[in-house]
Amino acid sequence: MTTLKEQLKQQIIEALNLEDIHIEDIQDEDPLFGEGLGLDSIDALELIVLLDKQYGIKLTDPVKGKQIFSSINSLADFVAQNRCK
Amino acid sequence: MLYISHYIQIQKGKVYKDGALYFEDSNSEFKTFAKNLYQSLEVQYPKFYKMDNLCKLAFLASEIILADNTTLDVALIFSNKEGSFDTDIQHQQHIQHPDEFYPSPAIFVYTLPNICLGEISIRHNFQSESAFLIAEHYQTEYIRPYTDFLIRSGKAQKALCGWLKMIHGNYEANLYLVESAGGLVHNKNNIENIINNNLNI
Repeated sequence: MTTLKEQLKQQIIEALNLEDIHIEDIQDEDPLFGEGLGLDSIDALELIVLLDKQYGIKLTDPVKGKQIFSSINSLADFVAQNRCK
Repeated sequence: MLYISHYIQIQKGKVYKDGALYFEDSNSEFKTFAKNLYQSLEVQYPKFYKMDNLCKLAFLASEIILADNTTLDVALIFSNKEGSFDTDIQHQQHIQHPDEFYPSPAIFVYTLPNICLGEISIRHNFQSESAFLIAEHYQTEYIRPYTDFLIRSGKAQKALCGWLKMIHGNYEANLYLVESAGGLVHNKNNIENIINNNLNI
């Protein structure tokens, strides 16, 4: 799980062009939106594409998305349980 | 009479402000040059990194030319030849890839050239008049009287105008700020000298 969390952090940094952010800057429990990384609605769409592209997960329920993207911990749990590749 | 208070040219790794060299980078490739210029300005605006190249170019030019500006009432009138074609191509490459045909939302949102007006407006809290004109050449005959009208009619206190080029790694920005006082008269000759880079020392 630790490897998956590190992998997700790296993929988020690359996909969202977070040039000033490094893996060690993102804590597992930090909120990804709002006060944490300060991601916005376009970033949320980019994360949905990332899940599909990298893990074969199609996220269709926006209500679930809010919980899934709340932190690296919740995102890693979701990916581990639902990944197709 | 209205005046041009400041003007800027960005091209081939160099930035000229009011005719004098302001910044120079030995690496003129846009991505590196833009990052180095951004860092030299000591601006804290992480959204810069998410912008497409046209927006980065417009953002950097406006940061420098508006450095001393204190009014929020600045109209924006930009023009170019290519529109957002540079980013349109990237979007097309994403969606026509045989295996990884995933569109990127972060790229797609920049497939309109006037997004750079929005980025500058958000950055400076402008809620002003704005227009992005696509034309073969800078339309001084139209843009000069339009700028005059905006300021004289009270629709704006100042106007940031100019030409932007961003295509296949070739970039150029020629912007000028029009207001009630300044060193150059806001006339056709001075505008075209700025657009054609004739005023740099």
